[in-house]
Parts: sequence; C-alpha cells; structure tokens
Amino acid sequence: MPLLTVNNLRVSFHTRAGVVRAVEDVSFELARGETLGIVGESGSGKSVTCYSIMGLLPQPPARVEAGQAVFDGIDLLALSHKELNEYRGLRISMIFQDPMTSLNPYLRIGQQLIEPLLIHKKMDRAAARRRAVEMLADVGITDPEHRLRMYPHEFSGGMRQRVMIAMALITRPDLLIADEPTTALDVTVQAQILELMKKMRQELGMAILLISHDLGVVSGLCDRVMVMYAGRVMESAKTPELFYETRHPYTRALQKSIPALQVKGQELYTIAGAPPDLLHPLAGCPFAPRCGYVVDYCTREETTPAEVTPGHRSSCLRVQKEKLSL
Amino acid sequence: MPTTALEIAAPLNSEKSASFWQDAWHRLWKNKLSLFGLLVVAALSLVCFLAPVLCEHIIGFSYEQQNLALGPVPPNRVHWLGTDPLGRDLLARLLYGGRISLMLGLCATAVSLVIGVAYGAVAGFVGGKTDMVLMRLVDILYALPFTIFVILLTVFFGQSIILLFVAIGAVQWLTMARIVRGQVMAIKQQEFIEAARALGLRRRRILFRHIIPNLLGPIVVYATLTVPEVMLLEAFLSFLGLGVQAPHSSWGVLIKEGAEVMEEYPWLLTYPAAAMALTLFSLNFLGDGLRDALDVHGSKD
Amino acid sequence: MTAPEPSSQPFLRVENLKTHFHVLGGFLFQHRVGTVRAVDGVSFELRQGEILGLVGESGCGKSTLGRTILQLIRPTEGVVVLNGRNLTRMHGRNLREARADFQMIFQDPYASLNPRMTVFDALAEALQAHRKVPASELPARVGDLLQKVGLPPRAQGKYPHEFSGGQRQRLAIARALAVEPKLIIADEPVSALDVSIQAQIINLLARISREMRLTLIFISHDLSVVNYISDRIAVMYLGKIVEIGPARRIFERPLHPYAKALISAIPIPDPAREARRERVVPPGDPPSPLNPPSGCPFHPRCAYAQDRCARELPVLEPFMDSRHLASCLRTKEINSD
Repeated sequence: MPLLTVNNLRVSFHTRAGVVRAVEDVSFELARGETLGIVGESGSGKSVTCYSIMGLLPQPPARVEAGQAVFDGIDLLALSHKELNEYRGLRISMIFQDPMTSLNPYLRIGQQLIEPLLIHKKMDRAAARRRAVEMLADVGITDPEHRLRMYPHEFSGGMRQRVMIAMALITRPDLLIADEPTTALDVTVQAQILELMKKMRQELGMAILLISHDLGVVSGLCDRVMVMYAGRVMESAKTPELFYETRHPYTRALQKSIPALQVKGQELYTIAGAPPDLLHPLAGCPFAPRCGYVVDYCTREETTPAEVTPGHRSSCLRVQKEKLSL
Repeated sequence: MPTTALEIAAPLNSEKSASFWQDAWHRLWKNKLSLFGLLVVAALSLVCFLAPVLCEHIIGFSYEQQNLALGPVPPNRVHWLGTDPLGRDLLARLLYGGRISLMLGLCATAVSLVIGVAYGAVAGFVGGKTDMVLMRLVDILYALPFTIFVILLTVFFGQSIILLFVAIGAVQWLTMARIVRGQVMAIKQQEFIEAARALGLRRRRILFRHIIPNLLGPIVVYATLTVPEVMLLEAFLSFLGLGVQAPHSSWGVLIKEGAEVMEEYPWLLTYPAAAMALTLFSLNFLGDGLRDALDVHGSKD
Repeated sequence: MTAPEPSSQPFLRVENLKTHFHVLGGFLFQHRVGTVRAVDGVSFELRQGEILGLVGESGCGKSTLGRTILQLIRPTEGVVVLNGRNLTRMHGRNLREARADFQMIFQDPYASLNPRMTVFDALAEALQAHRKVPASELPARVGDLLQKVGLPPRAQGKYPHEFSGGQRQRLAIARALAVEPKLIIADEPVSALDVSIQAQIINLLARISREMRLTLIFISHDLSVVNYISDRIAVMYLGKIVEIGPARRIFERPLHPYAKALISAIPIPDPAREARRERVVPPGDPPSPLNPPSGCPFHPRCAYAQDRCARELPVLEPFMDSRHLASCLRTKEINSD
C-alpha cells in the first residue's frame, strides 16, 4: 500500500476579490521511501497542496473543498488539529524555504532540536540531548556539543538549513516534505544540502515530497516528478521518462525555457502569453492560451490526468486522444 | 522583433487605474469605526465653527452673558445644558470653548507639522553629522520640563492664547521631527531612491519628488493623532490655570470649573467632559483608520 | 573633456578598485573595530558593446562592485575610467551630469520604482534628467520607450503596483534607457522572477544591448543565465576576481578551483547526466568579508590547497591564452591534463 495517497484534492482561497482556485483535482501517490518532486512556477499550487496535507493552511481564507490525503490508512484532512499533531513532527516533517525565518531567533538551537523528541517521543532531556548531538553530527555540523548552545543568528544560511533538516529528521519520520529547501541558498551550498538529503535518505529511508521550480534540482534527487500548472496536475512520471519522453506541452515548454540547455546566440525560448488567472479560470485546459499544440477542443473539454503509458500520466487532451508526440 | 515582445508581454487590464490616495480613501470608507470618527469630528467642528450664529439665533445666549440672579441651574428648556454659578449658559460656553479647543488643536498641530517635517526631513535626508547635531538638540529640548517652560513663558510674556500656541507647538514639533526623520531614513534605503540618484537627479528633486510624497501617509496619520494630544495638553494647562483665561473658555477650562463643583452641579462637568472624550475618541479612531488605509503593505488578500 | 580614439583605449577600465566599509563599534565612543573588504582590488577592461557576466555567491562583493563602478558607492581606492573620463575623480554636479552615460537596473522590481509616481511621471522624469524635452513631445517619447521594452504605450497612466514583476522590470529597463546611456550594469535583474519570465527579460536585454551598442555588465548568481548572455565571464570570490575569460571557456574548462566548484555545483536538468557527473562540492560556507582567510581566500575550502596557499596571495595571470586569466598558485599543475 502506498504511504500517501492524495485523491481529488481541491483547495480554494476565499478572498475579497473572489474565489481563487489554488488547487484543482490533484491526485497522486507516494510509496514508502520514494522521492516525488512537485514542479511548477509561482501560482501552480505546488506549495498549497503540501501545506494542506500538513494542515498548515489558515482556514479561512483557505478552504479544503474536497479530497482526501490518506497517510498510512488515515485521512489527514479529516483529522482534528489535536489528532493531526500526533502525526506532524513525528511521522511527517517539513522543511521550508527560508532558513532565516524558519528557526525561532529567541531559542537556542539545542532547545529547538530536542523539542520534537520531548513532545513526541517523550524522551527525557538527557537522552534527547544526546540524540540531538548525534543528529547534528550526522548532518555535517562540526563541534555539535558546542553548537547546541548557540542561537540561530550565529549560523550561516547553509548551516541553518542543515539544522532544519536535523530537526525534521530527528524523530525518524516516514515522510519529509521539503518546500523549496535550496532556493534561498548559494549554489555551492545548495549542492551540499542536496548531497546531504541524499545521504539522509539512504540512512533513514524516508519518503520525500520535494517542491521546487528548478528542474535541475529535481532531476538529481527525485524518483518521480509531477508537474503542476494553474492548480492542476499536468504530467507525472518517473524522472527519466519525464525528461526524455515528455508527454505534455507545458513540461516541454519548461524544459525549453531553461537557459542552461539553450544555444547561445539565438533568442531564448519563451512561453508566450501570461500566467493563468486563478480568479477566473477558463474552460478547458488551463495551458491552452499559451500552448503551441492547441486545437479547438482544448478550450472546451475538461482535462484530467490519465495514464498514457504505464506509470506515466498526462492531462494533455491531444496526447490522450491522438497520442501526440512532442 | 518588437512585435513579438509586445505579444509576449502580459496584457494590461483596462480598468481605471487607482492612485494611492483613491485606494486609501476606498479602504477608509470601508472602515466603519474610522468613518464614525470622521463624521463626529466633522459635525462637532461644524457646530463649533457656527457658534456665533447658533448662539445668536438658536440658543439665544452668548458665552459671557451672566445672569447672577439665576445662578446655576440644571438643564431645562431655556438653558439646554444648564448654567454655571455665574448664570452663564453652558451650551454657549461649550460651543465657544469648542472653537478654541479645536482651533488650538488644529493650529498647534499645523505649526508642529511645518517645523517638525522640515527639521526631520533635513536631518534624515542629509544624515551624518548634521543629523547627529540636530537630533541631539531635539533630545535636549525633550528633556526640558514642559510645565516649567510654560510657567516661565507666562512670567515673561504674560498670559495669552498666542502664548499657548507657542508653548504647545514648541513641544509637539519634537515628536513630529523624530518621526519624520525615521521615515525619511527608511525611505532613503529603498531602491527607487538609489535609482533616482543613479539617474543623476538633483538632491532637492529627490527630496521633494520622491521622498516627501512617500512620507505623506505616516505624516497624515501622526498629525491626526497629534490633534487630540494637543487638546489634552491644553486642557491640562487650563486645569492648572495656565491656559485660556476668562472670559474665554475652552473645554479644558470648562472641565476645570466643572470639576471644582462637580458634587453640587454635576452637569457642569459631565457635558464638557463628554464632549472632550467624544472628540478625542473620534480623532483616534480616524487616525487608526487612516493608518490602516495608508499602509501600503497592510492588507494581504 | 574630449573623448580619445575608441580603438586606442578600452571603453571601461577598472583598475585596482577597492571598496572597504568600516565597522563601527564601541560602548561610548564609536571607533573602527573592523573592516569589510567588500571589493578588494578588482581590475578589468571592457570594449564598447561587450557583455561581461559577473558571478559569485553571497558575500563575494559583486553587487558592491557594480555600485562602486557607477559611483553610487564611492571607492576607497582605485580608478574607474569610462570613455576616457575618470569617474572616481568626479564629484557633485560634474558627476551628476556624467550619469547620463551609465545606468543601473536593480534586482527587486517591487522596490525600484517609486510607488507614488505613474509610469509617465517616472519615464518623463528620466527623459528630462539630462536633456530638455518640450512637454508636448513627452507623451510620444514615453510611448516610444515603452514600445522598445515591449509594453503598450497606454501603460503610461498606470502605477507600478498594477504591473507584474516581469513588467516592472521592463519599466525599470525603460527608465534606464531614457537617458541614453552607454553602459548599463544589471544587478541580478531576473533573480526575483519566474523562470519563464526570466527568459523574456534576458531576451530583451540581449536585444537592446545589441541594437544600441550598449556595454552591459550582467551580475548574477545564476551561472547558466550568465553563460547565455555574456561574451566574457568574471568569477568573484571575497572581493576579488579569481577567474576571467571568454564565457564558453569558463564554462567548459574552468581553471580556478572555486570556478570549478561553482560550475560543477549547478544542477543539470538531465537525470542521466546528473547521475553520472562528478561533483566538486567545497565544504563549509562562503567566508565572511569581515574575516578573510590569510593568503589565498579560497584555500580553507579548496581541494587542491597546499601549505603555501595559506601564506601567498595569488594574482590574476593568463594561462595558455591572454584572454583567460585565473588567480591560483597552482593553476598550471591542476589543469595540466
């Protein structure tokens, strides 16, 4: 049985300007120990999806309109806050993008590190401290005994992210959700953190949900990738298949936009048109206004991801109906 | 080539563009409490402004008209709010007193605004040693005990309303200068100021065209909140006997006189105090509402 | 001042530029307790129309270098000569007037435009900063500028907050172009934008600099972007340039250990290559410019460091090609294959 199954998730934000359909009919599965990358630009719904699984969205103005997130047999979305707290920090952990603001500046690192152990594992302080020292050493922080007593502002960005990872993994969770963990870091530090995540994954075997806008980061770390746009899933497949046998025009367009892969001297490929307006969603495929392969039924019929080859799902109507190859 | 770029650029909506002030007014309009404050202040100001007219035609009494034979009477059909020990009509005194209190509030605030903004803007904009010297001066002046300062002024110049203006204005501009300086320094750090420098614009232009317009929001808010402060200050001085002199009255004077006889003639305290409190609350609500409305980073939805 | 022959002198010459900031501390009386050597001896030359990519991580001083060249921050030492004029010696009105020749595009599109001015006001102000333009001509000229950056002329009446990030960056570019500069320094102009919008802005910058023969310094931490647009690339570390050369060379055959690490750290969106590649991951964090290491600034993190690297200071020297320079004591040994 998969560790996490999300079915038909729908999340909206009820704002003064109207209803923003942030996540629309999102479904995916995550097996134990698997790493799934969720890729998209701003407004794609990738963060909202994961935040709603963790129950971190303020409701109002957000509202989970429909769907389930079944974790090891239990629907997280149906749990009360108290029940959800049994899972959060213990079996599901999260690390965030900005290491500057994710740590409490008023508490020493040690205090923040042992907190999950005290609450969830009911360890005594001495044992928790020992475990914290082990963990810090594990994530590559030198002189961990001494570091425990320091405050976040005494650490650099990369080290803070390591501490965050230590905090998230200290209870050996089954699932780690990482929301753009390396976006705010320098490129060499980013490389270090990605190596660290690979190492911890090897040691602890947890599943990872990695949110990113960077296809490069995702291709190095993930077993499978899911591409989102305008709150919907466009494509999901095993990583090599997604990159080498792309089956959705948006994924193809994203790949083409990466400067690294383009030829110097020619104009960079740009995706025509503007990002979608989530306040006024259009009928049909949300990518249609910008798609190079659009035909008339694209703007009329509803799109849902469907398996086009084993293990590979795409919501492109033309791929589904005509087996369009990109 | 240019046409490709034009197509690619996101389409602009053709709605009417809202300037910052229109946006702010819209937000203020929606805030019921501050709207209430605005209306109350407007109404009171209007009534007080029309005091001479009202007194002559509607009320029938003037503020200094004494009626010793009558003495103090509680509110009745002739004297709507009653009279004081000298037989003077309370309503008339209240209206005329309001004129003075409100006018004092507005004028002293205006004076402190002009001096404070100029001083603070220069200190914040020029920075460096000039800023240090200017601000130390402010610090020193802050340390002066206000009451003693006023008493000294009274000793030298005798008592007059002008004196009151000077005294209060002399104190209030200090806070305004500090606030403005802080705001100017914050705005100076913004990238669009650096961009203006990079363009090669003159310093004066940067100050007047870029810094000050962005300053107006906080200034308006603090000015609105300074008015009640000033009115309270005046009341305080009047309470001590240093403020407005007879036969003129201000709300502060009325409160003082009413407090002296509040056990026997409670209405002489109740009405002036209520008027004062209502005005202060209303101005504060308005100021709060303005702060919310003008704060660009405020609403998140 | 008369401009010299264009062929005899480089268009932009930066020589031994240093920008040091004093860190003040102390209880009662502020005194200097330390120095941040943000830019610590940078020299290079640019021809007119050339595009230089300036890369490095946080704390390397690339932003400070950009601002120092434009005299938005005055240098502590060193010389900046643009088109024959020594900018470092200019002050007050002279400098202000000279600013028509060099402009900057800033990183944050949400902060670099005055929120209280309409687009028309902002662009008209720029147009009139150094030239007299009759008021009747202004709307047309502003419209032209907007079209040049790919925005419709009717955008004039709007306020910055009505535009998206990418559009605001276009406005910032239009403002910079209004004074008709010869040199533009773009400080991380696309870092705050979505990937698909980045491409649009990069295309715009590349096209404009070609069409108007602009000299462009493109500052970024994103090497792939820089590689695409630049003729030459300079890699900075702790206030110094550690390697400079033709863009393709730097990318395919970096000489300096730090440049090697930087290039190998970039994630490649290609699973097979990612799995196969050999990564050079330098340990530790980028050092603080307040406390630089002795000798070569990179030696504590360098895989090739030897004893002498902690003692001797390397200088930029050409290796096999006068256009490609690196500052490493062991360049030859490390790259002899």
